[in-house]
Amino acid sequence: MSVRTHDAPPPVRSTPPTRPRRPRPGDGAPHGGRERRSAGGLPYLLLLPALAATAVLLGWPLVMNGLLSFQNLNMTQLIQHVTEWAGTDNYRDTLGSEDFWRVTLRSVLFTAVNVALIMLFGTLTGLLLARLGPRMRLLLCAGLVLAWAMPVIAATTVYQWLFAQRFGVVNWVLDAVGFHSMAGFNWTGGQMSTFFVISLLIVWTSVPFVAINLYAATTTIPKELYEAASLDGASAAQSFATVTLPFLRPFLLVTTFLEVIWIFKAFPHIFAVNEGGPDRLTETLPVYAFVEGVGNQHYGMGAAISVLTILILLALMSYYLRIAMRQEEDEK
Amino acid sequence: MKGPLTRRGGRPGSRPGSRARTWARVWPNATALVLFAGFVFPVYWMFSTAFKPDSDIVTDSPVWFPSRPTLEHFATAVQAENFWTLVRNSVTVTLVAVGLALLIALFAAFALARMRFAGRRSIVLVFMVAQMAPWEVMVIAIYMTVRDADMLNSLVPLTLFYTVMVLPLTILTLRGYVAAVPKELEESAMVDGCGRTQAFRRVIFPLLAPGVMATSLFGFITAWNEFPMVLILNKDAQAQTLPLWLSGFQTAFGDDWGATMAAASLFALPILLLFLYLQRKAVSGLTAGAVKG
Repeated sequence: MSVRTHDAPPPVRSTPPTRPRRPRPGDGAPHGGRERRSAGGLPYLLLLPALAATAVLLGWPLVMNGLLSFQNLNMTQLIQHVTEWAGTDNYRDTLGSEDFWRVTLRSVLFTAVNVALIMLFGTLTGLLLARLGPRMRLLLCAGLVLAWAMPVIAATTVYQWLFAQRFGVVNWVLDAVGFHSMAGFNWTGGQMSTFFVISLLIVWTSVPFVAINLYAATTTIPKELYEAASLDGASAAQSFATVTLPFLRPFLLVTTFLEVIWIFKAFPHIFAVNEGGPDRLTETLPVYAFVEGVGNQHYGMGAAISVLTILILLALMSYYLRIAMRQEEDEK
Repeated sequence: MKGPLTRRGGRPGSRPGSRARTWARVWPNATALVLFAGFVFPVYWMFSTAFKPDSDIVTDSPVWFPSRPTLEHFATAVQAENFWTLVRNSVTVTLVAVGLALLIALFAAFALARMRFAGRRSIVLVFMVAQMAPWEVMVIAIYMTVRDADMLNSLVPLTLFYTVMVLPLTILTLRGYVAAVPKELEESAMVDGCGRTQAFRRVIFPLLAPGVMATSLFGFITAWNEFPMVLILNKDAQAQTLPLWLSGFQTAFGDDWGATMAAASLFALPILLLFLYLQRKAVSGLTAGAVKG
């Protein structure tokens, strides 16, 4: 069992690690090669309940959404159960309205800012976890898990209390450290301050997922690579750039896309904090579709907005799915 | 274990070097403490407010620790109208949805992990897409579908939709756990005279248990937390679930922050406990299973 030292991995500078990939529960499973039995119809039978349930309860509402978006469906039609086709009117109205484009731009900015913050703080926290001693790491992990597990609506309620105008602890602290104008500040009274509360909430709930998974990914990097790098005289920054980063790149790519999709369609965070207010100034596309469709009872219009939102999401997803499917192929 | 980023090889003996090393030891720990405080504080503040008497909540300088704990806010929350009905609704919907999803997913995961057949990759892709389905955006269509079926204010459609909501992730995760059970075990069971079904029940399923638990955790969280769908489907106060109740609690009770935080604590506690319990259990179970296999 003796390992000869000159078998150590070659210097890393020139050779990036071979095809890094995340360990998954499926790893190490024996696959390929020995398919004796031809399964016949059995796999389809086993998959039938799952596919049928998905088709009926997810597929049909999607089709319905498309149909509704071509209908003129307001309060009257809703009560009288009549179907009034409206051609492409809803789309023409939506795409022609300044509101829609303003909300779209706002959603894009909102997503970009939050994802950037989440990935930045998540990565830094994950790298910090890798650097800590075991006891300190356990402590920080416990804190992260607590924030991660907190139910969304409980979290929105707590944030409303933290940022409450009167007796809220945030205003008190700001006042105490010298920002006296912040005593009695109404956080949900302005667009930017409401977005600040929502973003803080979203970052707080999302960072733990990135940090803990990133830390888990760093533990899979072979130590030899760092030793080789330091033998080569690489500085800490250099070994970070040549060893750590290439290993984490696939993880960071996939996570960023997941976060983009999650944040873009975030609904409860925004709705429960201030229902898209004040003056509908913090509505993102999902909230806009809800308020237009359900709140203002222009159901057809709301459906058209939601179809457009889904199309944007599909465009975002297709890129993610291409990466995910490539990883899937690598494993088989 | 030393972190991979630990800087080694500071110059021993030289003063600035040792000071730099002390600094290198102190700042990560200090940062970790600050982060820990930041992540924990909102959760702490929820629980501590729930236990404080009103005079310690409505005060110009915050009381950081509930030194005079009281349960009156919990009493207010629990005695709120329909509270127990809503608890029953939430528990029913969550348990049935997760149980149903697990059952359906077990079949599907087994097929996807163990069998090769035409269209397997496309089916995986279908579930990957379904996992990211924008349910939040589809509520209008779901409302019309449910209304046309004349089932508004019922727990049945809610349960069914939650099942499909958690199904894709359940399938994709379970597939990994099924694949991790060595095929030889199943084959040897079948050589020993077990049928395929029996081999699954006696050999694979016990090894899958930790995976099933870990998977159910995320299902529980999703179903317990779901908000937009119940918001639009079940307007009837008797047919709501806890998230909807909690989001309206503050409005209903004015600025009774003590009671609101008590309600939030009651709502969050099951998930926090389940998370802490299942996460560790799931991870250790998985590694134990792998070693045994």
